[in-house]
Amino acid sequence: MDLQIALLLGQDGVVNGAIYALLALALVLVYAVTRVIFIPQGEFVAYGALTLAAIQAGKTPGTLWLLLGAGVAVALVDAFVALRDSRPRRLARIALWNLALPLAVVGMARWLEPARLPLVAQVAFALAIVVPLGPMLYRLVYQPLAEASVLVLLIVSMAAHLALVGLGLFFFGAEGSRTPPFSDARIELGAVAVNGQTLWVLGASVVLIAALYRFFGRSLYGKALRATALNRVGARLMGISTTMAGKLSFTVAAGIGAFSGILIAPITTVYYDTGFLIGLKGFVAAIIAGLASYPAAAAGAILVGLLEAFSSFWASAFKEVIVFTLIIPVLLFRSLTSRHAEEEE
Amino acid sequence: MTEPILRVRDLCVSYGKVEALHHLDITVEPGQIVAVIGPNGAGKTTMLSAIMGLLPSSGEIEFQGELQRACEVEHLVAMGMTLVPEKRELFSEMSVEDNLLLGAFQRFHAGERDQGRTMDQVFATFPRLKERRAQLAGTLSGGERQMVAVGRALMAKPKLLMLDEPSLGLAPMVVREIFHIIAGLRGLGVAVLLVEQNARAALQISDHGCVLETGGVVLAGESRALANDPRVVQTYLGLGGARP
Ligand SMILES: Nc1ncnc2c1ncn2[C@@H]1O[C@H](COP(=O)(O)OP(=O)(O)O)[C@@H](O)[C@H]1O
Ligand SMILES: [Mg+2]
Repeated sequence: MDLQIALLLGQDGVVNGAIYALLALALVLVYAVTRVIFIPQGEFVAYGALTLAAIQAGKTPGTLWLLLGAGVAVALVDAFVALRDSRPRRLARIALWNLALPLAVVGMARWLEPARLPLVAQVAFALAIVVPLGPMLYRLVYQPLAEASVLVLLIVSMAAHLALVGLGLFFFGAEGSRTPPFSDARIELGAVAVNGQTLWVLGASVVLIAALYRFFGRSLYGKALRATALNRVGARLMGISTTMAGKLSFTVAAGIGAFSGILIAPITTVYYDTGFLIGLKGFVAAIIAGLASYPAAAAGAILVGLLEAFSSFWASAFKEVIVFTLIIPVLLFRSLTSRHAEEEE
Repeated sequence: MTEPILRVRDLCVSYGKVEALHHLDITVEPGQIVAVIGPNGAGKTTMLSAIMGLLPSSGEIEFQGELQRACEVEHLVAMGMTLVPEKRELFSEMSVEDNLLLGAFQRFHAGERDQGRTMDQVFATFPRLKERRAQLAGTLSGGERQMVAVGRALMAKPKLLMLDEPSLGLAPMVVREIFHIIAGLRGLGVAVLLVEQNARAALQISDHGCVLETGGVVLAGESRALANDPRVVQTYLGLGGARP
């Protein structure tokens, strides 16, 4: 292996690592706030990429119908609860978020012909379709189980993952899609050519991570999420509802997932089930961080990306094996060094 | 005649098969400090948790004249009820300032943006917190942590402040300071429901008091009268009782 190949592999590794870092951050966030191990994260990656691809191909993405259906389901459940608790004033808000908003997105899909819009608008459109599915998934699947054990929530996550993969196959078919790169620019850095999409991925990841950092460090909503993760009872006493925190963290996670998918869609062909492996690598990174520390998760993700890239060169058949085997020494190390943290209060 | 801030009627709470509160009635009038005293395990914390919606209960809880049906903590906080729990429940890995800001979360969520001014008021009440504003809450002394807990509750601009044993584990000097501040809340128009084992101090600063024993109210009345009641004197203010 010469320097040039090493640099190329390194570039690959860092780019993938950046994506894994984003996903790992989302996983840590969701786990800290809701104790849910968010396996369906990967489906949001695939939905983001495939929804954008469908939009660009001038087709109506199936996720649009999923958004409508999930919106109706959430509206029905929430309306039932509001009426049961005799809080009819909530109905307007419920209808706005779960019926009016999805309908507005459908309307735009009909009349704006997003295939002809500039890329930014198409991306925004894909996000508008996929991201609301995050809080809706929380409402329908996880909120009724908010008090359940981590294990039950994990099993439910597995089920949600399988359901969403199935829906993905139904909506997008078995063939994969690849979208055109965001820009055709190429930069020669000495011996290596860095293409535009690489820079996009790295730049967008850095910006997104900085934005998340700011969100958690500065905004009161970000602090409220951290507060819920630190002390659920304390947070509720401040009026930070566990439900709101859960929905917010799922919104952020869905946004990160869908946007990651959009970022990688020009680099690799995305199939309906591609998200799972990508999400799982983010999960490895999150495990390295003990599902707790954001910087450690980001560092772990870069490590996973590099390991993957270099093992694909030396032992490409075993690339996944090597990455996932990494979990074992990490878990061993963690269980030997860390005091046994209590699982639940 | 104004309506009471809080009127609880026939409150029952059970932990599994064991009933911890039986048919409890309690009323707090506007601007009043009501003290609930009683021994360990009498059900004081249970009562506050149930009123705050943290525990399922049966009975009627009327807050500001409105019957609370599906008692949700967040809803009650938004209406102006705040609890400083026995365990404080601070966000120990966050700064004092962030803890205080989060106390105003519900108002922020509702669109109010006067958190800076409210925080200045809290700092005026607890000057020590201003010095420690950047420090992590978990690194404070017990007294300071209690101040953060009360200050954080005040950030919500509550109509009713419920305090669960604010003197617990504090040095006598600090207890006196905290009670002085609680007595001063009357001037701010905040009604207080004060749960204490330190009966002497609680009866001194309160208008009304009641004695809770094994899940029921056994005595109630004006605090001054209670403080002279032989049964209270013997059990709670005697040599065995806590001193302020
Ligand atoms: N989580 C719980 N599960 C079961 N029993 C409880 C629980 N919390 C309190 N109890 C019981 O309820 C009674 C009242 O407790 P508590 O409200 O904490 O009393 P106090 O605050 O007056 O010391 C006690 O007998 C206690 O053992
Ligand atoms: Mg208690």
